[in-house]
Parts: sequence; structure tokens; C-alpha cells
Amino acid sequence: MAAGFNTVSMGTGRKEFNPKKARPGLEYYFKEAGQGTIKQIGDADKIDEISIGNFMAARFNKQANLPGFAAYIDDKLQWKPSISVEGACGSGGLSLMYGIRSVLAETADVVLSMGIEVQNTVKAIYGADILAGAGWYQKRKNGHAYFFPGQFSDRAGAYYEKVGMDKARAGMKQWFINAMENARLDPTAQEFHNKVPDLSALYDKFRPNGAAFVDNLTVLDCSKVSDGASSILICSEEGLEKLGIDKKDAVEVVGFGHVVRNITNDPEDLTELKTIKKAAHKAMENAGVSINDIGTIETHDCFSIAGILATEALGLAPDGGGADYVAAGNTARDGAMPMNTTGGLIGWGHPTGGTGVHQAVTIWQQLTGKAGDAQINISDDRPYGMTINMGGDDVTVVSIVYKKP
Amino acid sequence: MTYEDRLQNVSVLGAAGKMGSGILLLTAVEMADISLKPENKGKSFVLNAIDVSPEGLSGLMKYLRAQIRKVAEKKTVLLRKLYADRDDLIENYDIIDEYIFDVMNIVRPVTTMAAAYQSTLVFEAVSENRDLKVKLLSDIDNNNEKGAWYFTNTSSVPINLIEKEAKLEGRILGFHFYNPPAVQRLVELIVTEKTMDEVENFAKDYAKNLKKIIVPSNDFAGFIGNGHFMRDALHGISEAKALAEEKNIPLYKAIYIINKITQDYLVRPMGIFQLIDYVGIDVVQFILNVMNPFVSDEDLHSDVLDKLMLQGVKGGQLSSGAQKDGFMKYKSGRIVAVWDMHKQTYVETEKFQDECNEMMGELPSSAVAWKSILRNKKKDDLLAAFFNDLKSSSDLGSSIAVKYGRRSKAIGEKLVTDNVANETDHVNTVMLTGFFHAYGPVNNFFD
Repeated sequence: MAAGFNTVSMGTGRKEFNPKKARPGLEYYFKEAGQGTIKQIGDADKIDEISIGNFMAARFNKQANLPGFAAYIDDKLQWKPSISVEGACGSGGLSLMYGIRSVLAETADVVLSMGIEVQNTVKAIYGADILAGAGWYQKRKNGHAYFFPGQFSDRAGAYYEKVGMDKARAGMKQWFINAMENARLDPTAQEFHNKVPDLSALYDKFRPNGAAFVDNLTVLDCSKVSDGASSILICSEEGLEKLGIDKKDAVEVVGFGHVVRNITNDPEDLTELKTIKKAAHKAMENAGVSINDIGTIETHDCFSIAGILATEALGLAPDGGGADYVAAGNTARDGAMPMNTTGGLIGWGHPTGGTGVHQAVTIWQQLTGKAGDAQINISDDRPYGMTINMGGDDVTVVSIVYKKP
Repeated sequence: MTYEDRLQNVSVLGAAGKMGSGILLLTAVEMADISLKPENKGKSFVLNAIDVSPEGLSGLMKYLRAQIRKVAEKKTVLLRKLYADRDDLIENYDIIDEYIFDVMNIVRPVTTMAAAYQSTLVFEAVSENRDLKVKLLSDIDNNNEKGAWYFTNTSSVPINLIEKEAKLEGRILGFHFYNPPAVQRLVELIVTEKTMDEVENFAKDYAKNLKKIIVPSNDFAGFIGNGHFMRDALHGISEAKALAEEKNIPLYKAIYIINKITQDYLVRPMGIFQLIDYVGIDVVQFILNVMNPFVSDEDLHSDVLDKLMLQGVKGGQLSSGAQKDGFMKYKSGRIVAVWDMHKQTYVETEKFQDECNEMMGELPSSAVAWKSILRNKKKDDLLAAFFNDLKSSSDLGSSIAVKYGRRSKAIGEKLVTDNVANETDHVNTVMLTGFFHAYGPVNNFFD
């Protein structure tokens, strides 16, 4: 993969965001992200196919048939194959998987993989309805007004019972602090302008309040409502040569895991992210690496509790030990396993259908030394990066392992 | 009759007005929430929105729809529970739309007073005219066999006079919302010597359900809020006149200076002349006229206001909420010019503000802004440091500010000695919650 690009993640937190003023729509983000990548290769004609990850443009923007927007990005993409894929917040990961499979099947040498979502078209209370589509609609009636925060609040509640609320929230707090501190290092991050001097005190000031929001989470435990898009090229070796991209500017996809669980079933154990566990281990197995070979991970922290549970699913922490693992600083940028080094979904932002691609761009930046102020050290003995992109409540998961050049 | 029974048939008089529409909104929501309780299904709830203006009522319905949506969006978690038995309402969208309909379905916009004849509770929010209020309430009461209770929103007329003249013995109290009622949390509650306990208790329950803060005021014209504001405003006007004379400058410059001092030096949300414009010069003049006959030791009257009214300069707000021009001219909420009473024209502040600012002197570096200090935990310390610097400065701005602060305190204390307020805390609460001041007028900052 090469030539990654992220637009700004736009929404509350950005200085230039004003909910009362008109904002750019899907068209802008398609063009901004697509051209961001095309400029790095000079000529859009070298792209063979386009895959687009998007979750709910049909409702957020009343727009379907997104493949046609590929040709809007650049005239030279007209008359080429373009496809839109959907798996809720895992749509970006599916977009990557489409590109990877197409390259492996040798039907394409260069695939432009994109992810996009423009969500600030409605207030959060209505956005919650739209995002609830990631769950089983038959359960919407009895679900929370804020459906997904409600789902993960239940997971957090079960985790509080398992390990104790104070311990759990100490881990979630550290997850939040890492997210903000990392986001401050990436100019495209939604929390880039965050200047709160004492993040710990801020987190402590908020207490979960079920009457106003959900029982076990506060807004600081949640990812952002974001507008944004990301794009990256997925190439064969011939494709790289054709583009004239030096291998040192590309990361190698060495393995992937792509699994789903039955959306109509409730999770067996609320404190376990089983699908993430299966997908991530499949990816590592596919790549022939172990967790100890991996130098950095981008995981799907739509809620702080999902970040904590992911450390357990990955085997970084023992069952019930995730909160302590995070609280001890292991996932911080200078910790044993740096995670979400540009802020993740809580700090960088969560343009739902775009997130999977954004994660790949971040790993590409880190492994090729292009992460700017957010750059971490990737040592040669742990040259791998990993992404975990989740759709719904641990339903559709794509995990990919990348190797630094 | 229970609290809920009392709210089954309610009328709001002057419902299309600025205060009336807010009262109507709050009451409609309260009534709808009661009607949605399982035990009340099948009972009818009626809220008559009575106003002389058909156009006003049409605007009211639009206002209601937009405002109820906001209310619903804030309490969707609760609404999902209230509509849990409705299988057809699944998404927040569905539930919010249904709630908007259910609230509006209670409201009957009408232009005829007869609608109130069946009501058990009547809110009066017509213009601040004692004779009109008395006439309307006595007309209704003569035709109403329900023994209706009357809540008047008057901000100045003594309640006992309306009670006596409309023959409403014991069934009326003053329930004075602040503008805008849907936002401002303060309500001044005024009972007469005859107001029945159950009427007062109902009013307290109702205020509590609306999440309002009640401050009791005694039944003197103007009550606590206008008791302070009117005198504070008159002080501002007289300070401006004195300053103009002393410095030999036109009055409009002095008005600019006093307005700026009362905002920046006294750390208030707006200067005193802007506040008069916000309330309306006509309304202020009217309230002074109502209050003046009831005070013997001072003259609550201003020839400056009289003159402005003659010149057609009235302030107040457009129905959109935008500020109309008064003492000052506004552009997107900002002051851009001040009215010159002699030449009868607005003079742009750009032309003279530097000269005025120079006369005032520089604000001490300890100065704090109202907006930033309102929720600051160290508010009192920061204010004390700033005001101490004002006290030790001999600049014009500082000296006028300190004098103003002391006068404001004296007004507050006199409201207690005159028995309008029972305690200084009540005066402070009114100014803090009804006028959004950062500190109460009765304080030790300027001593």
C-alpha cells in the first residue's frame, strides 16, 4: 500500500467547525481525499479500479450509487470499474479487502481504496437512528435513544461488574488521555486543537448519567461525529513499478483476517470482543507473525471500553486485565505497544465508513516514517503494524497486518 | 382538585406575545407530559392560546413546533420510555415527531376570550396595562363557573389591586417569568394577603416541574426585579447627564461611556443602556409610571425616556428576537451608533469612541470579562482583585464604576428595608438568575 491521504476529520473539536453554517458535502470529501492520493502519483489513469467504503450516505446525505463519484474525483477515472461496499463502521476495512482481493486475483495492479462519511448533516439524536442501522433493526425499538452508546454502555457495565468500576474507568480514562495527546500531534485530527491542560481532571469531572445519556459511559468515552475521507493505493509489485513508487515509501500487506458474526444474536459475553479476537488472530496467522512482532496497532475504539477490550482480545492483556494494562501506559505512544498513535476514533475522529481506510493510512505513515509530529519509533525487530476495523457491535471485522519497507 | 386535574383546562391570555408564547410552550409541555402518563390516557387536556392577533397566533404555532422539537431532542431518552408501548414508533425521529404532535394537539389557538370560560387555570400575559388586565380577568371570572385560579405575569402592577378590582379574592397570585420564559430560570412569586394556600402550593409545584427557581417577592409595585432594575437604570441615566454636564460633552457620548462602564467595569452581560433597549424604552417608561405612584420618598421618572418616546425611539425586539434600535443602534447584536437626542440622528461610535475611551482611562490588567467569569470557581477572588484595583484608581471609568456599584448595593438594601424583598439573598438571586449578573448587588466589593 502507498500514497495514503486523510482529509481533516471535521466536527466538534475543530475550531473551524460551526454546526450552524453550511459545510462541504460528500462531493468535497471525495475529491479532496481522491486527489490527495492521485497527486502523489501524478496521473489518475494509472489506477485500475476504485473501491469505496461508506456506511450510510443513503440516509446522512440521501445519496446512493457512490461508485459514480469515482469519476467525479478525476475525469480519468471515468469508464473504470468502481464499487461501493458497506459493513457499517467496518466499511473502510471492506474497501481495503476489496482492493487486496482484486490485486491478489490479479484483476488489477492498482486499486484506489477509499473510505468516506459525512455525518454532520443531522443532529446527534437523529444520527443515532442512522448509526443504529449497524445493529439488527428488530432490536431498535427496545434499544437506547443513543443506540450504539447504549450497546457499549452495556458492555462497560458488564466489565465494571467483572473487574470493578474504579479499575475499569481508570483504564478508560488513560485511553481517553492517550487519544487526546496523540490527536494533538496530527493536524488532520478532530482533537488537534484540544488544549485542555488537565485531561485527567476533565475526565473525572464527567460521571456517567443514564438520565441524560447512557448508564455507564460519558461523552468522553465516545468517538466523534465526523465528516471525513481517506484514501490509499493497494498495488501489486508491478503496480508499484508502474507508478514509479519506491518500495521504501510503501508498506507490504502480509496478512489479513476478515470475519463476521451473526448480527441477530447478542454477544455471548459482553466483556469479550470475540469477532475482533478471531479476525486479528487470523490476520496474524495469515501473516505468520505473533503479537510480539507487531510494533504498533490501530484498533477500533469507537468507545474507550472497546479499546480496553481489544487489548484483551489481542492477548496483550489477560482476561479482565485490559484496564490495568492501559492504565499502566502500555498503549501510550511511548508504551510497550503504541496504539492509535494519531488519536484513534476518539481523538482523530470517526467518519464511520472512512475509518478503516484512515487506520491503514496511519499505519502506512508510521511504517514509512511519514507521520510527522506523530511519528513513533518502529524498531527493526518489530517491523509490523496492524489495523482492526469493526462494523457494528463486534459484527463485521477486518484486521490487516502490514510490514515496514 | 389535584395538580393534574387543575391542568386539564388552561388558558393563556396574550399567548402570542413574547412572554405569553414562552409561558404557553412551558405549560403545553408540562400538560402533554402529564397526559402521556399511562393513568391519564383517555383524559382530555386543553390549553387555549388566546390572543387578539390571528397573525400572532399563526407565528406562535410555528414557534411552538420549533421549540417543542428542541425540548423533545433533549429528552428523547425519557420519551422512548413514555412511548414504549407504541410498536409503530421505533426510531428517535418517529418518537420526536409524535411528541411534537401530542404537545401541539393540546393547544387551541383562538382569538375569543370565551375559550377561557371553561378553564380552571388562567395565565395572564397581556401588555403591562392595569386597566386592561383587570377588565379581562373580571370578564372571564364573571363567566367562569370553575372557580378558576389566575396567575398574572405582571412585572409591576401590585397583585392585590388586580385582585380587588377584578373581584378574584384569594384566587390570584403573581407568577412573574423572566424573558425569555423558556430559558430564564427565575420566577418571582407574589402572593397577596388573601391568596389561598392551595393556589400558592400549586404554583410552587408547577414551578418545580418547570425546573424554575422561585424567589418570593412582596406585593409592591415593580417587585424585586424591576425594583432594582428601574432604579439602577435611572441611576445610569442621571450619571450620564451629570457626566455630560461636568465634562461639557454631548449626552450621547456620556451614554456611550456609562454603558461601557456598566458592562466592562461592572462585569455585566450588557451595559445599562443596552439593557434598557433590550427591555424596550416604552416598557421601561411604562413600568416606571406604574411604580411611581406607590413610592413616596423618590421620583421614579425620567425626562430622557419621555423625550426618546416623543422622538419615536423605543428599542425592544423584533419578533425574530433581533434588537430594535433605541439609545443605541445595533448591527448583528453589536453597538454601532448612539442616538443624539438634539440632532435626532444616530452618531457612529467609530467617530467618537477613541475620545471616550481615553476619558475613561485604561481598564486595570486585573479586569475580568463577564462571559469568562460566570462559571469560574475563583469568581469571587478574581472580582475582588479587579474591583479593588478600581477602588484604588482615580481614572474616570473606575470612579464612576465604584460609585455605580455602591448605588446598586444601596438599591438592593433598600428593597429589603422597604419590605419588597424579605432578605438581601432574594435580591441577589433575582439579579443573578433573572438578569444573569455575575455577582449579586448586595456585596462588599465596593465598600
